[in-house]
Amino acid sequence: MSDLSDVPILALHDVSKSFGTTRVLSGVSLQISPGEVVAIVGFSGAGKSTLIALLAGLERPDQGRVTFRGRELRAPGPERGVVFQNYSLLPWLTASENVSLAVEQVFAHRPKAEQRAQVERFIQMVGLEHASARKPGQLSGGMRQRVALARALAADPEVLLMDEPLSALDALTRGTLQDSLERIARESGKTIVLVTNDVDEAILLADRILPLSAGPAATLGPEFRVNIPRPRERRALSSVPEFRHLRSSIVDYLLGSKRERRASDAATQPS
Amino acid sequence: MKEKYLEIHQLGKSFDTPLGPSRVVAGFDLTLREGEFVSVIGHSGCGKSTVLSMIAGLTRSSEGTMILAGKELVEAGPDRGVVFQAPCLLAWLSALDNVRLGVDQVYPGQSRAERNEIAARHLRQVGLGDSLHKRPAELSLGMRQRVGLARAFALSPRMLLLDEPFGMLDSLTRIELQDVLLELWAHDSKTALMVTHDVDEAVFLSDRVVMMTSGPEAHVGEILEVPFPRPRDRHALMDSPEFYELRERLVSFLENQGQHAPAPPDRAPRSAARPGRSSGFFSANPPG
Repeated sequence: MSDLSDVPILALHDVSKSFGTTRVLSGVSLQISPGEVVAIVGFSGAGKSTLIALLAGLERPDQGRVTFRGRELRAPGPERGVVFQNYSLLPWLTASENVSLAVEQVFAHRPKAEQRAQVERFIQMVGLEHASARKPGQLSGGMRQRVALARALAADPEVLLMDEPLSALDALTRGTLQDSLERIARESGKTIVLVTNDVDEAILLADRILPLSAGPAATLGPEFRVNIPRPRERRALSSVPEFRHLRSSIVDYLLGSKRERRASDAATQPS
Repeated sequence: MKEKYLEIHQLGKSFDTPLGPSRVVAGFDLTLREGEFVSVIGHSGCGKSTVLSMIAGLTRSSEGTMILAGKELVEAGPDRGVVFQAPCLLAWLSALDNVRLGVDQVYPGQSRAERNEIAARHLRQVGLGDSLHKRPAELSLGMRQRVGLARAFALSPRMLLLDEPFGMLDSLTRIELQDVLLELWAHDSKTALMVTHDVDEAVFLSDRVVMMTSGPEAHVGEILEVPFPRPRDRHALMDSPEFYELRERLVSFLENQGQHAPAPPDRAPRSAARPGRSSGFFSANPPG
């Protein structure tokens, strides 16, 4: 989809970031075209969340630049919605009210009825009509993440940034939410950056997959394009040769980067 | 190589409830060859961990017999190494001392230096040669589970019992640890029984996969033979249609079992189960 537009909607230019003496990301460059779904796959602790925080404007790079539509990005903004692994819902508000909070902020100038309709539309999109009046404590993990997703989408961001959105869920729930995400990504046409440690999830959802090498000083590896036509059926993917090939190649790359990291650690460490 | 190394005959477990006894597991039969790697899959709560726990001697069985290497199993013992989902390491001991704790018990006749070396050798085998003296808090979750694997192998048990050993790990670390386990196993082919809910993991590691029916009265439903030669090449297997055919058989079995068991409330919101769209009841993806 990169040929649709010349200006990337979101980009990292040779970005490095350290926390204390630990260099987390080193020389990361990334360009995301409008409407593209990009997945970044890597091990826990590799620096994936740092990458999302940089794209969201929650962290500033030590070196390099982060740009949104070509302009340097300095702070978080409503044009970039974020979904975190831990949902981050307000426990004293119902599902609808949590979504409404975002809608009221972003669409303050619109009539109340329109705001309510916006909330309802996205509660419906994530399949939570029956639970809209419940508070987070009365919802399962999967349902909470649906609320968080509805909240992010209802603010109508230009880019949706998702940081391991399904990692805290059990396998069964994760599967059904992956199906929902596949549909929502298609229906909304949003630009999406998804960070995950699940290679299958990345192949199901993304147009392009970038592996993040094992940290510290992680950097993005070679890109893998996913040309499997949409809609993609999760359960049928394993019969697609391209799926099998991508799966084994991406896992190989990531395990290889981890082995190299371990080997170089062993070489530099006095024993 | 004994054809009948572990024999489980009509194993059953009942729990008392206010409504009378509940038979969780009933009529469970299984025989393992010496050196065989067998996985058990089934839905959450079907009783697969209960079976493993009875073999380990940590849960008392209500019915049936279990024989390991010609001896009836009555209580827990060092002839069965157990690896749990959480490695259960002692926080105030180093990786080496955690492994040595068991080694000291099993090899009381050996010198201190020899016992140290047994522990260190196994930690090196799981790739922790540089972290012998680190405490659990200084190790990542994946590294801690490596210690758990080293500890189990260091006791040189007759067989290994693994209960969702990688269930707490992310999917990539999980794959990494599967390779570590296979490597340990290549050095020392223990008879092994592993409970997992990851169909990829089951096919990749096992000689046979046992599919358990959903409880109550859970038992062996079907058994899948995995004919791939060893040592196994992950890349080639993950790229081959044969691997996915076997995996699909496990997924289908679980789906069929799922229809009989009551669905857990609110697990799968209605919209996700709408007909016409993906029907996936069970994730075919590697969880974790």
